[in-house]
Amino acid sequence: MLLTVDTVTKTYPGGRPVLRGASITLDRGQSLALTGESGSGKSTLLNLTGALDGFDSGEIILDGVALSRLDDAGRAALRRDRVALVFQQFNLIPALTVAQNLSFQARLAGRLDADWLKEITARLGLGDLTERYPEQLSGGQQQRVAIGRAMAGRPKLLLADEPTGNLDETAAGTVLDLMLDLVRDSGTALLLVTHSQAIAARLDRRAHLTGGRVAA
Amino acid sequence: MIGAALLALGSHWRRHPVQLVTLLLGVALATGLWSAVQAINGEARASYAQAANQIGAGGLDRLRRADGAAMGLEQYLALRRTGWQVAAVLEGEMRLGLRAVAVTGIDLLAYPDLPAIAESAAAAEIAPVEALTAPGRLFAAPALALTLQGEPGLPPVAATNALPPDTVLTDIGTAEALLNRPGQISHLLVLPKQPLVRTPLAEIAPDLIRQPASGAQDIARLTDSFHLNLTAFGLLSFVVGLFIVHGAVGLAFEQRRGLIRTLRALGLPLRLLTRLLLAELCLLALMGGAAGLVLGYLVAAALLPDVAATLRGLYGAPVSGALELRPVWLLSGLGMAVAGTLLASAQALWRLARMPILAAPGQRAWGSGRLRARSQLLLALVLLLGGLAGFALSGGLIGGFVLLGAVLMAAALALPPTLSVLLTIGAARARGPVAEWLWSDMRAQLPGLSLALMALLLALAANIGVGTMVASFRLTFDGWLDQRLTSTLYVTARDDAQGAALADWLEPRADAVLPIRSVEIDRAGTPLFVYGIVDHPSYRTHWPLIARSAQDWDRVMRGEAALINEQMARREGLWPGDNVELAPGWSLPVAAVYSDYGNPTGQAIVALERLLDRYPGTPNTRFGVHLAPERAEGLADEIDATFDLPVGAVIRQETLKARSRAIFEKTFLVTGALNILTLGVAGFAILTSLLTLWTQRLPQLAPVWALGLTRARLARLELARAVALAAMTAVLALPLGLVLAWLLLAVINVAAFGWRLPMYLFPLDWLRLIGLALATGALAAALPALRLYRLPPAHLLRVFANER
Repeated sequence: MLLTVDTVTKTYPGGRPVLRGASITLDRGQSLALTGESGSGKSTLLNLTGALDGFDSGEIILDGVALSRLDDAGRAALRRDRVALVFQQFNLIPALTVAQNLSFQARLAGRLDADWLKEITARLGLGDLTERYPEQLSGGQQQRVAIGRAMAGRPKLLLADEPTGNLDETAAGTVLDLMLDLVRDSGTALLLVTHSQAIAARLDRRAHLTGGRVAA
Repeated sequence: MIGAALLALGSHWRRHPVQLVTLLLGVALATGLWSAVQAINGEARASYAQAANQIGAGGLDRLRRADGAAMGLEQYLALRRTGWQVAAVLEGEMRLGLRAVAVTGIDLLAYPDLPAIAESAAAAEIAPVEALTAPGRLFAAPALALTLQGEPGLPPVAATNALPPDTVLTDIGTAEALLNRPGQISHLLVLPKQPLVRTPLAEIAPDLIRQPASGAQDIARLTDSFHLNLTAFGLLSFVVGLFIVHGAVGLAFEQRRGLIRTLRALGLPLRLLTRLLLAELCLLALMGGAAGLVLGYLVAAALLPDVAATLRGLYGAPVSGALELRPVWLLSGLGMAVAGTLLASAQALWRLARMPILAAPGQRAWGSGRLRARSQLLLALVLLLGGLAGFALSGGLIGGFVLLGAVLMAAALALPPTLSVLLTIGAARARGPVAEWLWSDMRAQLPGLSLALMALLLALAANIGVGTMVASFRLTFDGWLDQRLTSTLYVTARDDAQGAALADWLEPRADAVLPIRSVEIDRAGTPLFVYGIVDHPSYRTHWPLIARSAQDWDRVMRGEAALINEQMARREGLWPGDNVELAPGWSLPVAAVYSDYGNPTGQAIVALERLLDRYPGTPNTRFGVHLAPERAEGLADEIDATFDLPVGAVIRQETLKARSRAIFEKTFLVTGALNILTLGVAGFAILTSLLTLWTQRLPQLAPVWALGLTRARLARLELARAVALAAMTAVLALPLGLVLAWLLLAVINVAAFGWRLPMYLFPLDWLRLIGLALATGALAAALPALRLYRLPPAHLLRVFANER
């Protein structure tokens, strides 16, 4: 088992509980769609899984590592080495070129595979854009760079939060196809948050979050 | 409609309180330091005016001898007998220990309506006639009156606020006794009421000239350059403060573009919107300006005593150490605040007025940075050429300051493109993803930080420039003191008789006794001090000559030539080989020119015999005594025991040097303080830029954090970024500071004071200043870095939230 989320709870200061004992599991190389209403805690669960934030109770075990025992540096190392993230807002590093953005996380983790990066760049259709800066790209191009950056380090788990939410239908279709192809070919597990039933249907499994818990 | 629009516009400041505080502080700092300098200048000028009009005679013409020497009673009486309504005035200096007090005595019988006496007598609640009757009466400002009351042998003292500090006003009879100059008259006042028919002046007193009323012009002219220097510093601080305002207003307008677009879409006319924003800016400027005035008053009150001491030491200008609140100062301060804020906001307002209603918020075209860099470099070049042209055309002090301002502004404009080039080189050479990101990120942040970095560049360059000038001056001054003050003891007798006795007594007891005798000559309204000296090896070996001719000393000692000081040489273009007219009908060739720092007036040296030929009455009261230093204290005690000399009449060389150095240090205390304050403002500019950029910064940092860098490391990198930018700015400020120092030493000083100093380099000072710049950068970045370090992950996650 690559990921076990066990009865995790999370309440933001001054707010009502967002997660009230959510649990999911995910095998290596498997893909899971996380669906639910707005405010159901999908993104929060994704963020906790990616060690971006701490939870109040329960446990998350990722690749044998219990997240509750990690300090700030440990969580940063986990994000760097085992997880990759793709967000709806693309969140590229504006000061770096496409080429630098693509290789950034793999180089941080110290496992840059130049051939793999070259292949990703070509498959994502970014070969002519490598010297551009993010603000010179369209939304679809930016999201392709974000996916390339995430996959360049061959992460164990890719976390994607509405990765096509900001794109038009055609671009969304292209981007999703490319992402799923890369995930499949690299043996990476995928946890994807989406509102779209059509996208969810393309993944191995689906879990529906409601009221802070995963529905049976 | 206006109310609703104001509510919407004002909501921005409620949501961005740090930005509001930054803007207000920027205006306050800009206005504060400018107003402080203006308050100091205003107070000094008011004191000069009071001093010039100290006897209420500033508007009266004067009669004085053409050769500048004192006149006798016979001419005064002759004029009075022939109907001239004139009043005799005797001016001189009385020493109270180490303190010099100006004494003005006036013939109160001839001019009983003298306004100052009437005012002073009224303030002291005594009858004016008491000043005439024995034992006389002295009038002085309260602080001086208190000192004088403790002095033995003086007439009763009346305190009055009608007189400037360090000035005593009394009847001429009392003044004669105080100054020990019986029967002498400095000049005559031509009283307002004159008979219709008078004998022409040329017939009664052909050697007297009539000098028109000069008011406060003499001291004001002498001190103009000092005040201009202060004003330049004030202006620099003002500009640095405006950089903060410009940054804050620019960001606020940028962030409100969306709101402004909405308001316009809802039907608010652009013209009304622009006016509302203008009104908002004026209101904020007045609020910041008011705070700035309070700040300026406090700074001025703290600095004024030192400025007063400087002006007294350097120019003998009497300036009160107390600060008065003047309405003109308040109004001009607020005016500067509003004008400065509008100037700093002009670009943002202009952009707003031209913004199409459908413009996207915050849209920035790629490549505009390169275009801006080119236009900035072009503008810098134009400014530099303009400054050079201005200097070439007008020259002098104003031309020097125009050139200096142009160099500083051109360098500031050229800073962002230069830093961009350096950062590009750094990024190209960086190894590792974090280093690459850091360099590229610094370059990307440059537009947001460039104004603050320009402010830092200007402050550092000013520090290096002024620091180099002061340190070069100090080094030169120390050497010069050693050359000029070669006697072991300096002794001042009460009068000529005591002086003669003293000289006789000292002769067998010292290695040499050198008389220091001088006369003040009026040369077309400006004073010239001519000294007569006897031949002695100490002059020939030590006197600081900066331009010489063959056999210069021999010719001077034979009475065939004169030495003149550098101020006079530069002012009048007189150098060895030229002829100098010391007084009407008395010309001598210039044998050499000597440096004479700290003296605003012209000075010449001739052989004593030549001086006495022309001015036999030259006082003989001061002597330089040469003897072995270890015998100095014993001889000083013997002199005190043998002669009835006033306190402080015997001074050792070391004491005199220490006193001169103390005056020197005080002179530059104010510039030093303004230096530090300007650097502080620049540091604050960086801090406010970082704080106002904070909201824009998170979307840039959050992805890097999400990719696996801890907040602690990001905070350290933020610190490193600020320190690196400050370091690069400091390194670029170094050559600029040296250019500034050269301009100050070779152009401004020569025009302002009449002397040119050699330029020395002080690398240790530069290292200290670069260290200070790094500390400034680190301090300014500390708060944002700490905020980042402590930022809850939930705040960073908002960047990724889909429903932001």
